[in-house]
Amino acid sequence: MTKKQKKVLIRIIIAFVLLIVLKFMPISGWVAFALYMIPYFIIGYDILRKAILGIVHGEVFDENFLMAVATVGAICLGDYSEGVAVMLFYQIGELFQSYAVGKSRKNISALMDIRPDYANIEVDGKLEQVDPDDIAVGSIIVVQPGEKVPIDGKVIEGSSTLNTSALTGESVPRDVSEGDEIISGCVNMTGLLKIQTTKAFGESTVSKILDLVENSSMKKSRSENFISKFAKIYTPAVCYGAVALAILPPLVRMFFLQMEPAWSDWVFRALTFLVISCPCALVISIPMSFFGGIGGASKCGILVKGSNYLEALSETSYVVFDKTGTLTEGVFKVNKVFPETEKIAEEYLLTIAALAESYSSHPISKSLKEACTKELNTEQVTDIEEIAGHGVTAKINGREAAVGNAKLMQKLRITYTECKEPGTIVYVALENEFIGSILIADVTKKNAKSAISSLKQNGVKKTIMLTGDNKKVADAVGKELGLDEIHSELLPADKVSLVEKYLDEKDAKAKLAFVGDGINDAPVLTRADIGIAMGAMGSDAAIEAADVVLMDDDPAKIALAIRISRKCIRIVYQNIVFALVIKGLCLLLGALGIANMWAAIFADVGVMVIAVLNAMRALNTKKTG
Amino acid sequence: MNKSYKIEVDCANCAAKMEDAAKNTEGVANATVSFMAQKMKVEFVEGADEKAVMKNVLKACKKVEPDCEIEF
Repeated sequence: MTKKQKKVLIRIIIAFVLLIVLKFMPISGWVAFALYMIPYFIIGYDILRKAILGIVHGEVFDENFLMAVATVGAICLGDYSEGVAVMLFYQIGELFQSYAVGKSRKNISALMDIRPDYANIEVDGKLEQVDPDDIAVGSIIVVQPGEKVPIDGKVIEGSSTLNTSALTGESVPRDVSEGDEIISGCVNMTGLLKIQTTKAFGESTVSKILDLVENSSMKKSRSENFISKFAKIYTPAVCYGAVALAILPPLVRMFFLQMEPAWSDWVFRALTFLVISCPCALVISIPMSFFGGIGGASKCGILVKGSNYLEALSETSYVVFDKTGTLTEGVFKVNKVFPETEKIAEEYLLTIAALAESYSSHPISKSLKEACTKELNTEQVTDIEEIAGHGVTAKINGREAAVGNAKLMQKLRITYTECKEPGTIVYVALENEFIGSILIADVTKKNAKSAISSLKQNGVKKTIMLTGDNKKVADAVGKELGLDEIHSELLPADKVSLVEKYLDEKDAKAKLAFVGDGINDAPVLTRADIGIAMGAMGSDAAIEAADVVLMDDDPAKIALAIRISRKCIRIVYQNIVFALVIKGLCLLLGALGIANMWAAIFADVGVMVIAVLNAMRALNTKKTG
Repeated sequence: MNKSYKIEVDCANCAAKMEDAAKNTEGVANATVSFMAQKMKVEFVEGADEKAVMKNVLKACKKVEPDCEIEF
């Protein structure tokens, strides 16, 4: 509890005790009035002060004013204890609500608490804690096990395991050792690390992310804007309604029905009406739900830059993907090995190819070497000859090997079986005899296929892939993953115009999301309704260009992000409807004289607390389902 | 020029009112208040004196919500 809250609590207790004591005292008339004024002012002085200040400043219709009028009204009608009690319960409600809101806010903020408080530097063999802001680029900092890495840099000494879950939501630890780049915000788990910083604290990943998350609630959604506009009309409208309720029915009774005007009854109803009307439950629960949703998403490694994007995400019905680096790994790997006869082992074929290519620095030879599980004995390779645009020939243990493309086979007049798979094909021959081929291609990501199908399950109408790659490769990848439309052989500018075409075609309510890896697709990211950048750990460009940033490069997070946004929006609508219905009902009952002051307080504080609790649900995100 | 300030405000409705008040202060091009983050982001008019403008922003905010605080 804050100091302010504690003070209110003490006032509540004193006023409550006094009220009970006065209830049992046989007092009436002016004495009673004077005595009841003591707890009334103890509990309500700040409300009354604010109400008066409000009137002075021309801010008439706020809740302080409503409460002041309601309680002063009750006291004027001679119901002193009711006046004090209403003020008392209003304060209890306010306290409860400020406590609940404060607590929720802390819970959400704690989720995003990746801010490192200090950095260690070594001075005369001793570690000293300093403000990370004061560390110059190129300094050497020490990160002990259990500490957060405060600044981006490079490991110069030591090796350890890093927990990146605060950044990515993934619990799989990452190993680092000397020479590796390291990103701030990770937690060092096992060993002592010495790091040479490559960026200032303000430019480090962790600062950028914090800045992004903290500013996310500044970008307001349509529902938030609707509510603040609504509140501006609603409060004065209710006040005029209350005035009408106090004056019109008695007049009607007097002049048309020839009945007693019953002024006090109607004034009291009007006061109840005023208490019910406070718009706070609406005004608070909406941004809180969004804040919870954004917080829950960031827990999963999905950074959403604003409530408006979360709202847009929930309406996604077109998802456009970039291929390389987004749906595929973006690195070339041995995909399949096709030995010519059954007698030739895959491993043998790979080893021959890797050995022949072992002195080449071509990316293809790199992927061949990576595919070999055994250590290569390069001493057995002699007479290497590179034939540009064709491949290599070499002697392995004295036997003539030829490794290269189809042109090499034709050149050497070796009969080979053509491989029709999309990708780069490496043909291998030994002693002028074809022994098999190897397919090297960019492999699709492990989760890519399930990511696409779960998008479909979540109501995405169309999935589209754009790529600069050739048609054969693109079609194969698209078919494998189950995408609806594939556009290949595109230049970056073509991607923008295609996305614009889709934006024109779709109806205004459906939103289009573009998913890219942030490398040279910034124009498309900005053009789409929602730009999603993935694999953003350490890539500033992606963090800046996109509206939603996936910290790791798992495409399945897109469907998760959509699910989180839908849940959040559902909660927002639930809260709007719930608060309006309960308030409306209580207003009606209050006007009819059925709901008394207590029901009115419930309608104000109770609805708000329930709405806040509901908003907190947005924080819970299930990873599956 | 853009700057972000820590604020103290108790209710969301009041935060919305502070936003309006800050927006209408001279020297302020635009302002947003986040109740959840307890922050106010102010975009100043070109050449405005930050300290002087913020004084007026605080004054305007105090008018609509006497209990609020802005750190600057």
